[in-house]
Amino acid sequence: MQTYDLEANGLRGLNSALQELNGSTNKTSWEIVNPKGSHAIAVGLNSPVDVTIKGSTGYYCAGMNQQATVTVKGSVGPGVAENMMSGTVVVEGDASQYAGATGQGGLLVIKGNASSRCGISMKGIDIVVHGNIGHMCAFMGQAGNLVVLGDAGDALGDSCYEARFFVRGSVKSLGADCVEKEMRPEHIEILKDLLARAGADAKPEEFKRYGSARQLYNFDVDNAQAY
Amino acid sequence: MDNKNIPRTEPIQSATFTNPINAEIRRAAATGIYDIRGGGAKRRVPHFDDLLFLGASVSRYPLEGYREKCETKVTLGTRFAKKPIELDIPVTIAGMSFGALSGPAKEALGRGASAAGTSTTTGDGGMTPEERGHSSKLVYQYLPSRYGMNPDDLRKADAIEIVVGQGAKPGGGGMLLGQKISDRVAEMRCLPKGIDQRSACRHPDWTGPDDLEIKILELREITDWQVPIYVKVGGTRPYYDTALAVKAGADVVVLDGMQGGTAATQDVFIEHVGLPTLACIRPAVQALQDLGVHREVQLVISGGIRTGADVAKALALGADAVAIGTAALIALGDNDPKWESEYQKLGTTTGAYDDWHEGQDPAGITTQDPELMQRLDPVDAGRRLRNYLKVMTLEAQTIARACGHNHLHNLEPEDLCALTMEAAAMARVPLAGTDWYPGKAGF
Repeated sequence: MQTYDLEANGLRGLNSALQELNGSTNKTSWEIVNPKGSHAIAVGLNSPVDVTIKGSTGYYCAGMNQQATVTVKGSVGPGVAENMMSGTVVVEGDASQYAGATGQGGLLVIKGNASSRCGISMKGIDIVVHGNIGHMCAFMGQAGNLVVLGDAGDALGDSCYEARFFVRGSVKSLGADCVEKEMRPEHIEILKDLLARAGADAKPEEFKRYGSARQLYNFDVDNAQAY
Repeated sequence: MDNKNIPRTEPIQSATFTNPINAEIRRAAATGIYDIRGGGAKRRVPHFDDLLFLGASVSRYPLEGYREKCETKVTLGTRFAKKPIELDIPVTIAGMSFGALSGPAKEALGRGASAAGTSTTTGDGGMTPEERGHSSKLVYQYLPSRYGMNPDDLRKADAIEIVVGQGAKPGGGGMLLGQKISDRVAEMRCLPKGIDQRSACRHPDWTGPDDLEIKILELREITDWQVPIYVKVGGTRPYYDTALAVKAGADVVVLDGMQGGTAATQDVFIEHVGLPTLACIRPAVQALQDLGVHREVQLVISGGIRTGADVAKALALGADAVAIGTAALIALGDNDPKWESEYQKLGTTTGAYDDWHEGQDPAGITTQDPELMQRLDPVDAGRRLRNYLKVMTLEAQTIARACGHNHLHNLEPEDLCALTMEAAAMARVPLAGTDWYPGKAGF
């Protein structure tokens, strides 16, 4: 276990050390203490290491993650795991805006609640939120899965493309061109796998599936009132 | 009096309801949709043509044209980056996407720019291996859509350009119509083939200058503070946008006026939103000077740069470099008269073709049609671009020497005068033959 005191040793030293790791490193387990809401902690990682952050973080924690498993023992500021490519990010507390924004792969687990625009423009990432999510989540979501064990706020999936949304609780409103869809067996399997990997105690059958009606895929002036 | 002998009034065309306006009204009435096109503002606005250089005189002596050196090199990103970009000439290629442009066109831009010692810029849609391979210096755009964005490509870039806006449509996003979405374009953007791909108008994970500062920090941390980070803005509030970009930590500010082109946007947006390029430069330079970072944070100007004279004038007003987009496409072969018969079939003519979004470009540049793409030879087109860049540089050097300067960056506003009141006010240089410009204190 490598322990890094962020307050004492600074951000550049941390990210530099983590980014230098490669697949053959023996330094596979890291603990970061005293994060104190700092921004851009553990960004740009590209090796299969475990990083545990003991406390809450600021913006863009684990941004553009590849391969690494990053666990935050606290809450995170805006843009956690933004543009993540692969790996896993687990937030034990709550997440601010834009969690998992534009993520292309990997798994983001938020054990508390996620604020607005969670999964905005998601491009293949899987996101599991144990609590509730705010408004405009998965706006323009292109691919991937957003699973919400609690409730979703206004305009879920507005202007979405091929991303899937699974919500167990209520949805305050659906965004433009987002509709409830049939939950087919393949979706149950996807959901079952995601819930298991996210350590979520819920049954797939309790969820409803939402996604694009595909009515806005090609511009039609008669749809202008939808925006 | 016989009615036949009564003098008739001449038919008078309205200066308000002109033929083009009336045609647009009829088109709108027929279709119910606004007009979308490529390119930048076509309306007449005060521009570099409204400025003149004064040249040498008794008080200024010139440099010998073919003997005395006039340097053209420029370094971008000297503020924080470990590896600033060093260019041989102060003319760069602006961001244009693979998707909007064909693969051969992107390759040609890379070939031409590299041969001339300057940089190219990606665009919405990500970085292609061909583009990276053919561009000795490649600026990677970080856009709201984040199509194709990934940390591996980010680290391959020689600089990162965070695009806040562009001159053709400040405040607007984009739309790549389905007919240009080939299998490869669709895969790069992670979307189904054939659908219209919207590019968002604002970034998904930050809003405002305070957030931008943190975003820049993140990008620097991911790239080990190696490469410069540019911030590109459309010409709207150049003083404050420049100041805020500097405050957020930019190495370079790219400022794009309304003549700057786009792949596809509503005509009403292109023609009615934003500032002329000429009006952007002095406020931006003023902001840099007020913050004590002029020349430390470099300023790149784009939007309607066509000649070496334009380059020299932009630099004289305080820019460090310029970027060209439309002019580069014309150098490659866009709107070439040899395709006139095909432009006619598309209902347009040479010089006016701007339906770049429809993917039917006879020149094979703004298309993904395999047959049309083959019309552009990237080697020949790259050579034409190199030649054009060289000519622009020679022209700018000619003017600089005539003004007595041994470096293009030594050109200054005092070398200029304005032909119109509007240009004098915007460029803050005296009206020709006077020592006055509108707004100058003491008059």
